[in-house]
Amino acid sequence: MAQLFGPATNTIARASLLCSIALPFVVLLAASQITRSPYNTKVNIAVDQPVFFSHNHHAYELGIDCRFCHTSVEKSAYAGVPPTQTCMTCHSQIWTNSPLLEPVRQSFATGAPLKWNLLNKVPDYVYFNHSIHVQKGISCNICHGPVQNMNMTYKAQPFHMSWCLQCHRNPENYIRPKEEVFNLYAKYQTNAPVIPDQKIVSDKGITREEVALLRGNAPNRSAAMIEEGRKLVEKYNIKVKQLDDCWICHR
Amino acid sequence: MSTQERLIAGEHNYVTINEKIATIPLSQKKHPPQWAVTLLIGFMIMQLLMVAVTYLLYRGVGIWGINQPVGWGFDIINFVWWIGIGHAGTLISAILLLMRQYWRNSINRFAETMTLFAVACAGMYPLLHTGRPWVAYWLFPIGPNVLGMWPQFRSPLIWDVFAINTYITVSAIFWFVGLIPDFATMRDRARIKLVQWIYGLLAMGWRGSAQHWQRYETASLLLAGLSTPLVLSVHSIVSLDFAVSNLPGWHVTFFPPYFVAGAIFAGFAMVLLLALPIRAWYKVKDYITMTHVDWMAKIMLATGLIVFYGYLAEIFYAWYSGSKFEMDMMWNRMFGPYWPFYWSLILCNGLVPQLLWAPKMRRNIVGLFIISLIVSIGMWLERFIIIPVTLHRDFLPSSWGFYNPSLWDWMMFIGTIGFFIFGMIMFVRLLPMINIFEMKDLLHRMHGHSRNGHSKTDHAAADHPPADGKPSAGQTQPETGS
Repeated sequence: MAQLFGPATNTIARASLLCSIALPFVVLLAASQITRSPYNTKVNIAVDQPVFFSHNHHAYELGIDCRFCHTSVEKSAYAGVPPTQTCMTCHSQIWTNSPLLEPVRQSFATGAPLKWNLLNKVPDYVYFNHSIHVQKGISCNICHGPVQNMNMTYKAQPFHMSWCLQCHRNPENYIRPKEEVFNLYAKYQTNAPVIPDQKIVSDKGITREEVALLRGNAPNRSAAMIEEGRKLVEKYNIKVKQLDDCWICHR
Repeated sequence: MSTQERLIAGEHNYVTINEKIATIPLSQKKHPPQWAVTLLIGFMIMQLLMVAVTYLLYRGVGIWGINQPVGWGFDIINFVWWIGIGHAGTLISAILLLMRQYWRNSINRFAETMTLFAVACAGMYPLLHTGRPWVAYWLFPIGPNVLGMWPQFRSPLIWDVFAINTYITVSAIFWFVGLIPDFATMRDRARIKLVQWIYGLLAMGWRGSAQHWQRYETASLLLAGLSTPLVLSVHSIVSLDFAVSNLPGWHVTFFPPYFVAGAIFAGFAMVLLLALPIRAWYKVKDYITMTHVDWMAKIMLATGLIVFYGYLAEIFYAWYSGSKFEMDMMWNRMFGPYWPFYWSLILCNGLVPQLLWAPKMRRNIVGLFIISLIVSIGMWLERFIIIPVTLHRDFLPSSWGFYNPSLWDWMMFIGTIGFFIFGMIMFVRLLPMINIFEMKDLLHRMHGHSRNGHSKTDHAAADHPPADGKPSAGQTQPETGS
């Protein structure tokens, strides 16, 4: 009877042993990297929208308050996407013939709402409420990044659970006075020079931390600032001990 | 020696054992029509599983009968039932090996395969019960994950994840390692190039040298040592899923041994359910003899008595606890809305197995088959009594409810039985269902070299390389008995 396997089979068998040892590590490493990559998280990927809407133009250059469009952000779980009528408060008066705004006029004429593509989503088994975060002094930028400077809007944070828990376990690292949540943009708009100059300075009524925040960076707080944060946590009656309980978000 | 004599009936030598067992998977002609019929039935029933699971993934667990307060229904009943069935395989392959019970040699392959498919059936249920099986990896403590959380290590449910995964891994490796010498036999006997190649690949270069055998014996002993605690630990941990809670009827310290005994009881019933028809269809009665059948029935009787003792102890504990809720739970089991289930359970698992005291009954194939079937149903009823019947009435009458399994529950349950049948019947088709070399080992233990077959059929022995016969030089286990 002829040999079933050639002499090379031994080498292949030994090599496959090595591969099988390496395989779990490779798979785990690949999985953990893919999970964190923008391919999965969609972070920093601008999405096509039915209308070319620039947050940079409206929020920063014109200084329109977030709440003008996202009306329910202080009162409800959902921040709210504006109806076409909100756009038409201005655009029935200005840029009335702009081709860019044709879908808005169409929507207004027919009554069919614009279908905006949602960027920041949490899964259906996560209970998220905008109002409580805003009321307890969490700035929009902490989760949404430098929206006021986005020409095309993109998702700024991965929305992994570990990311949520960073703040839920140590809110003193992120919390700010709640009066500043929306005031920040007004201060920025009046005091700071225009991006992309990037040379924002802190002596014009806007702190370095606020600058970092507006750029979408996590606040890098000194011990004294964290102490301030702790006081705010106390003041706002935030029960840190239960803040990372499962039921807080998974109800 | 006198008992071992009966473990291989008829006139057999190394060559006839090869002829008998190894040729079955190599030729379709060796398979009786019953094989095809069972395959067809198993395959058709398996489609129920496919439909049920597909719809489940589409709609979610709401299609099941589970509700408030009965959050654990068929999914957990069937999980515990299947995982219990698997235990006989591990007991046979590990504990009986360590105890040098050589009669296991003819049924261990069979029972181990049964374990694998039973655990596969069992594993489906908790996975699908989570509702989101695609994120099942959350159950594992994978180091740098994006959850920022570890699993809840204080929960028995997470111990279960480890128990089941260890169990399936060790069982599968044990099963495969035990198959390697037989794969070599199959490789050497196959005449079609592709078949030779497949069995050859699986044999992993086995040539049957003394060194191979020495390593094989060490590996199998180590794996047996690893599996032995698993026989006890896996179902103990499953029982802790219940015992760690505070519900009356669940919060009982004797749950672990009671569950383990029940598992082996159900497992041997399933081994008999499978072995009895197959030994007749494939005419392997010489290897799975009446002695085997008798002894398996005895184990069933012994574990059945432990289980029955458990039922009686539960009644005693309910009374002895002095707790109104415990007593009420017991009363509810016996005379509540599910009373027929409780009394059927007592009949199936308590009374019917008593028939096995009679040696005649233990050797009556049809009778034993029916008893095994009744025991399997009884063990399923036991889990039904433990799970929904406890859950549907807890401490507050205002939160009482009722549990009715839905059509989808039944489809999935019956579907897994189909999957199990299909898996087992495919195993019989493709792999040697009886451990060839261990049968030769047994023959050697019984008769020494007198029946090595070489004198009678020299040409056959020359045809097959030493992989066929287990050389005595490689044996590390000493002779027993005589």
